[in-house]
Amino acid sequence: MSGVSVTKAAENAAPAGDDLVVLSDVNKHFGALHVLQDIDLTIARGEVVVVIGPSGSGKSTLCRTINRLETIDSGAISIDGKPLPQEGKELARLRADVGMVFQSFNLFAHKTVLENVMLGQTKVRKTDKKAAEEKARTLLDRVGVGVQADKYPAQLSGGQQQRVAIARALAMDPKVMLFDEPTSALDPEMINEVLEVMQQLARDGMTMIVVTHEMGFARSAANRVVFMADGKIVEEATPEQFFSNPRSDRAKDFLSKILHH
Amino acid sequence: MNVLLDNFPEFRDGFIGTVSITAVSSVIALVLGVIIAGFRVSPVPPLRFFGTAWVTLMRNTPLTLLFLIFFFVVPEILFPGMSPFVLGSLALGFYTSSFVCEAVRSGINTVPLGQAEAARSIGMTFSQTLSIVVLPQATRTVIPPLSSIFIALTKNSAIAGAFSVAELFGWQKLMSDKGYDIVPVFIWVALGYLVVTFTISGLFRLLERRMEVAR
Repeated sequence: MSGVSVTKAAENAAPAGDDLVVLSDVNKHFGALHVLQDIDLTIARGEVVVVIGPSGSGKSTLCRTINRLETIDSGAISIDGKPLPQEGKELARLRADVGMVFQSFNLFAHKTVLENVMLGQTKVRKTDKKAAEEKARTLLDRVGVGVQADKYPAQLSGGQQQRVAIARALAMDPKVMLFDEPTSALDPEMINEVLEVMQQLARDGMTMIVVTHEMGFARSAANRVVFMADGKIVEEATPEQFFSNPRSDRAKDFLSKILHH
Repeated sequence: MNVLLDNFPEFRDGFIGTVSITAVSSVIALVLGVIIAGFRVSPVPPLRFFGTAWVTLMRNTPLTLLFLIFFFVVPEILFPGMSPFVLGSLALGFYTSSFVCEAVRSGINTVPLGQAEAARSIGMTFSQTLSIVVLPQATRTVIPPLSSIFIALTKNSAIAGAFSVAELFGWQKLMSDKGYDIVPVFIWVALGYLVVTFTISGLFRLLERRMEVAR
């Protein structure tokens, strides 16, 4: 593929040969717009991959195709060796193993924080109520919103809501976590509290795919940075290489715009 | 000489008839309407097609024609020997279910898409997503139009009277056949209906207020 430069040096990447998420030759159109063009991407178990790029480059769409919130036109996606099934029970089972955190939190507005974190366990995993509540409270404590357990999402700040959303996803014991611009809808002072939770998660060895504009997070937590523009993966590199010495002109242009102001 | 007091047992039977056919067909309409609304937003194309066809057919057929079909065609080919009350309730319930479906569907559309996406993302099936996450949040929006739909249903039940179901409007025919002055007869009938419709709107207002507190 022309225009793609993959850096082979991956000294701090997770153990190779254990691929958890594999996208091969994925294409998707929104009408006339070719949002994903021949995407090949492999994420190893335990790896943290940060996807960055300008708006409209297809990075959110890429993230959403992995748990089939967006369907693809051609190509293949497999998770833990299994190809994504069609809509139905099997897909639901697979989605339970893939945690998703949205830009707009999407907490269930009619349920309390605790119920939000318990719901997937009791309804999908069929865990009994008591065990589910115990686990939910532990997770809420872990993300630092334990005292808010009995409030409704609307009563929480954005940062707190997003941390609850992370706890809700973690409650399913996911194999991989997808973050679709988790801090883009937050006030600047709330961004850090969410990023800290994510950083902790990365240190604990969770496999993560993070679409973000937070370059600091990409630098400190990522094993690999994937730079997308106009529906294509333009560059893949370790964060050090990408930020200090980007190869493609598109990435140089992008970085010069966001890093110098 | 008082038309109501002289014929109170018949009036009472008519009133009870109206209340029962309203209650039974409301339940049919509500249950069917919610299910059909689920069909119409389902990812399964045949179900969506069935839902759309059902609404188009039931909503666009004049109710009287629907009653004619239920009283003269359905017993002939499907279920012979059904009572007029059951046939009338079914006709009215099916007809109203199309309106309930559309009200529920508009309610579903007011729930942000992200709610359903989040539910699907934690592995809920379509029916779980709908019943646990989407419909509870749609309820508040659906209540005001549902109130109107059920009041319309109550008044539509008068058509059943023409098909030998004992109900309030049928009492009017009985009284005018007996030679009573038509004006007081109609006033009593109207009052009877008002009792039912006011109860319905009161009930819904109560529900609405209850929902408001919930969130």
